[in-house]
Amino acid sequence: MAKHEYAFYPGCSSQKGASASNYLTSVESMCKTLDVKLTEIPDWNCCGASIGYAEAGELPRHVMNARNFALSEKNLPGQEIVATCAACWLGARETRERLTHSDTLMADTREALKEAGLTINEMPNIRHMVEVLIEDLGFDEMKKHVVRPLEGVKIAGYVGCQTNRPFGVDGESFENPQYLDRMVEMVGAESIPEYEQKVTCCGGALAFSEPEKAQAQIKDIVESAYDHGAEMIVTPCPLCQANVEIYQGQINKTYGTKFNIPVMYYSQLMVVAYGGSAKDAALNGQMIKARRLEEIAAKPVKR
Amino acid sequence: MSANTALAEKYRNNFLKEIEEQVEMGDWVKMCMQCGVCSGSCPTNFQSAWEHPPQELFMMIRAGKRDEVLTSTSMWNCTSCYNCIVRCPRKLPITHIMHGIAEYAHRIGLAPKMQATRFFSGLFWKNATKTGRVNELKLSMGLYFKNGFGSGVKEGMKMKDVAIGLVLAKRLNPLELFGGHKCKDQKGIQAMLKKAYEIERSRKAAKMAG
Amino acid sequence: MADIKVAAYICKGCGLGERLDADALVKIAQKDGKVPLAKSHDFLCNADGVAMIKNDIANEGVTHIMIGACSRRAKTEAFFFPENAVARANLREGVIWIRPDTDEARETTQEMAEDYIRMGCAEVKAMTAPAGNAVTGSSKTLLVVGGGVTGMTTAIEASKTGYPVVLVEKSGALGGWAAKLYKRVPVHEPYKSPADTGVGELISQVLGDSNIKVYLNATVAKTDGAPGRFIVDIATESGATHTEDIGAIVQASGFDLYDMNKLPELGGGKSANVVDQAGLEALAVAAAAGDGVIRRPSDNQPVKSVVFVQCAGQRDPSGTHLAYCSGYCCNTSIKQAMYFKDANPSVDTTIIYTDLRTPGNGEDFYRSAQEKGVIFTKGKVAEVVPGGNTSTVKFHDLILDDKDAAMLDVDLVVLATGQVPNSGINIDAPAATAEEGVVEVKPISILNLTYRQGKDVPQLKQGFTDSHFICFPYETRRTGIYTAGPVRRPMDIAQAREDATGAALKSIQALENAELGRAAHPRSGDLSFPKVRLEGCTQCKRCTVECPFGAIDEDEKRFPVFNESRCRRCGTCMGACPVRVISFENYSVNTVGAQIKAVDIPDEFSEKPRILILACENDAYPALDMAGMGRNEYSAFVRIIPIRCLGSVNTIWITDALNAGYDGVMLMGCKSGDEYQCHFVKGSELGRVRMSKIDDTLKTLNLESERVRDLEVAITDIERVPEMINKYAAELVAVGPSPFKGF
Repeated sequence: MAKHEYAFYPGCSSQKGASASNYLTSVESMCKTLDVKLTEIPDWNCCGASIGYAEAGELPRHVMNARNFALSEKNLPGQEIVATCAACWLGARETRERLTHSDTLMADTREALKEAGLTINEMPNIRHMVEVLIEDLGFDEMKKHVVRPLEGVKIAGYVGCQTNRPFGVDGESFENPQYLDRMVEMVGAESIPEYEQKVTCCGGALAFSEPEKAQAQIKDIVESAYDHGAEMIVTPCPLCQANVEIYQGQINKTYGTKFNIPVMYYSQLMVVAYGGSAKDAALNGQMIKARRLEEIAAKPVKR
Repeated sequence: MSANTALAEKYRNNFLKEIEEQVEMGDWVKMCMQCGVCSGSCPTNFQSAWEHPPQELFMMIRAGKRDEVLTSTSMWNCTSCYNCIVRCPRKLPITHIMHGIAEYAHRIGLAPKMQATRFFSGLFWKNATKTGRVNELKLSMGLYFKNGFGSGVKEGMKMKDVAIGLVLAKRLNPLELFGGHKCKDQKGIQAMLKKAYEIERSRKAAKMAG
Repeated sequence: MADIKVAAYICKGCGLGERLDADALVKIAQKDGKVPLAKSHDFLCNADGVAMIKNDIANEGVTHIMIGACSRRAKTEAFFFPENAVARANLREGVIWIRPDTDEARETTQEMAEDYIRMGCAEVKAMTAPAGNAVTGSSKTLLVVGGGVTGMTTAIEASKTGYPVVLVEKSGALGGWAAKLYKRVPVHEPYKSPADTGVGELISQVLGDSNIKVYLNATVAKTDGAPGRFIVDIATESGATHTEDIGAIVQASGFDLYDMNKLPELGGGKSANVVDQAGLEALAVAAAAGDGVIRRPSDNQPVKSVVFVQCAGQRDPSGTHLAYCSGYCCNTSIKQAMYFKDANPSVDTTIIYTDLRTPGNGEDFYRSAQEKGVIFTKGKVAEVVPGGNTSTVKFHDLILDDKDAAMLDVDLVVLATGQVPNSGINIDAPAATAEEGVVEVKPISILNLTYRQGKDVPQLKQGFTDSHFICFPYETRRTGIYTAGPVRRPMDIAQAREDATGAALKSIQALENAELGRAAHPRSGDLSFPKVRLEGCTQCKRCTVECPFGAIDEDEKRFPVFNESRCRRCGTCMGACPVRVISFENYSVNTVGAQIKAVDIPDEFSEKPRILILACENDAYPALDMAGMGRNEYSAFVRIIPIRCLGSVNTIWITDALNAGYDGVMLMGCKSGDEYQCHFVKGSELGRVRMSKIDDTLKTLNLESERVRDLEVAITDIERVPEMINKYAAELVAVGPSPFKGF
């Protein structure tokens, strides 16, 4: 039996061929090393994300998340639900809080779920993968497995919004959370605690609908990382990762900048540090290649 | 409503009551103490994107400025970053109220027609609920082609490099146009959502009737 | 004068023995100080040291003691010899702690110490031990003027402490404004709803207390005497006058609401449906007696919409209305809006404010009102236009920046007009010029004091009575008379009750001190008091006019009459007296003058200038001591003499110093003016007025104006004071040595 077992809610962007498929690949390798067993919730559905608000209304949004809770309870009873995506985690957790605090909403949700032949008896805990790593395993446990420290690599920890606000990870400050910096140090790299754009919004869904507004913010995020001498940016959120990485070319056109900085997931750093290959870490999934990491991943492991 | 009645309604509580009844978390609006921390914490407000930042919208609601609020593009600029929520000294769930006002304006047809985020929001929800899972390619295409085929090609071309990059990184699959990821129990999901809408509508209608 | 025998004691403890040549200091005391007995001791403040002094007093006939040790502010309990005249030479904080411990500094440091020994010996010889004031009264009765919340609370608190109270109330009932309220702002958890006023309970406590004598429909016709021996005539409605012996007085004469008739643009006086906060309370009381529905006065229809206009006639920068914020009105309007909402949530209640000020738990009360649906609109009301049974409220919406915002068909408008103190006659105001449009001075005196300086206690600003707002609230400029409640500053019930308790305790302290012939604050317990050689008096009246506390009256021959129990011992009279006939036993023109003359002035070639510092004992001297404790160094060329107040500085000291060859004089006193920090309120101001004329003296002496420097020093200027000294010392080097050296 694995040390830690969870019901897994990967979310739409993590699926094969989707924008965060590299995240999923690296999380799988990371969990293997850490002996964490993730069992996908069968037939899970979209969380509705924040951006669905115009059509979603209140109850339909919660019902979508509640369906996942019901499926988890039915198929993986007693297990906490773990999401890797910030939006999935936040959406599910919001639903959990609201249903817990409103009997009416809970009753209405149960009534709707009945239509899909499902029900909720117990409200599950909703965890983000980072919470699992920090709170359940701890930094010491994570560090134990480092066999190829990312020595000399300077990394800006970009926390972003939705893993940080309004719930946050491990009781950290909303204005200056430290956990990502600690994870960077844990894999043997150099963190930038004074990186002042670490909780700036990447523009979220406005990157699609109003790209110029989102890109103005992304520019600040990337520029500050460069100003602090970062070689790459690391983030715990798929939308942060995508927005900050893939629009750098367009920003260069608009602002005349020369941005070309890789944006990684914490799980990718960990996999490389744990001795995994470039493929295990899904480094091929970067639009802006992380050459430095690829070099390290090619080195033999010091055992 | 005649101009005089409209004037008489100003600064009365009628519109506030409407917001309290119809908007998610709307009963928090009255608790705003007009400190302005939300406006100063909003990333898109810094780009002057908000005609009326949240604090001002709250005041407008109290002032009975129904049309100005519900037709405003302001709340559609919310990026769901939750900065206003965590900083509000009165603990107003501002992000949710902004979404709620937008949703209400959309529901009763007062929201600005071609507002890009309004369009995208609807598109996203439909895309996600149709099969139970988001199809990223169809979502993007749908957005680019919202103004018709010609402009869609143009918008799409702007994003060409991004798309090619993603395809090369195996993070965008052209084949998603034909099928793609989906849930198995789509029928159950549709029935469940239909019921949820029904309940929500009847609850809001009951509140309206008093 | 009886024979005196002076003894000088030099302490060698606290490093004094290592840093200074104590034997040399003993010799200086003998030779220059001319004392018959001079000793040093290793540790003067310990039991052995003190026993040595006591033995000398008992067996050697020592009457006058000069202690060369630490600052006069330290070891006051060890060096307590109440039967003797005592002077202290500050060798520790004033010499070794402010000088570097280096070989090159040793000489000037020793010179400094020697001068302080010379000064101490000279000073003590000019002193006598204070005997205390003999003209005392022993009345322990407290007079409370005003039967509102403040007055009743004062009476109850004093009575509980065991002191009898006479309470005078001008109206026919106790309770004041608070009795007219429907409810009050809550003062207990959960701060969510208006609460019972509690006034009924206070009234029954007062009426049920045999220790409290209540005069209703009564006023104070005359207040004569001084603390401990006031004689107060109380005029009652029947025309009869009752005379009471009083020890101390608390004036709790309260406030009036600012007259809304002065606000016609806000509808004040133009419609029955525009009321002030008291008017709304009356409507609420009437409603509570009936069906609970508050009705608009014009036609008795239920109020469906009400607007509260905050800061009506307040915080007005133009000078037309009140310049200040009354502080309580925001909470009151919130409370009054709840009267409506608690009875009927569908009533539209809007509070239009510019800044909502609800300190402390008022914030919970504010939030509760929001929960109840009271609407808060940030705006500035421009006009209230009454018409028929409703009004239009026009305002500038400050959030939406809409200058033409308006609310129509408002049933009732409540103006939050604020408090105007009921403080009697402004005795400092120039004689009333009946100009039109000028806010008229209230003509009726509250206390009818027989004091030479006027019938009531002095005011500070906007009619509020002068009380030492920084350090000593309740203290007026009339000893033994305390003001409490809204007559002192605008306040609410909770603050008024706290004020009342404080004033009760202060007045008890005052009457007890008065009986013992001791001073009240800030020289609490001081037994010295001004003595005057009337044979030298020229009846110039400066002392009677300048005394900050109105302690000095005039007799029929226009000689000053000192009421010692009213005196705070600041010495302003002494500083003012041109013929120098006023002195204290232990502080006089001579005690300071002798010190100035005792300093050894080196010749102009020595490059050792001498700077005299006259430092206020309340702020500047403690700051200098603390500079020493922090080992902040300053020039060895200064000689510091503590003074009771800048107001006590007689210009003869300055002239003497300059004539004696001092290169400069620094005066260190407290901030004066409206934002004064002077412990004697007016002392530093009067002192400065006097010093402003010093330039004439300098001119007649043919000296540069830089030779005298007047400085404001606060007790917190611990690091600044040494800097000021060093800067001035450097400046004087540039000016050059005084031409008077060696004469």
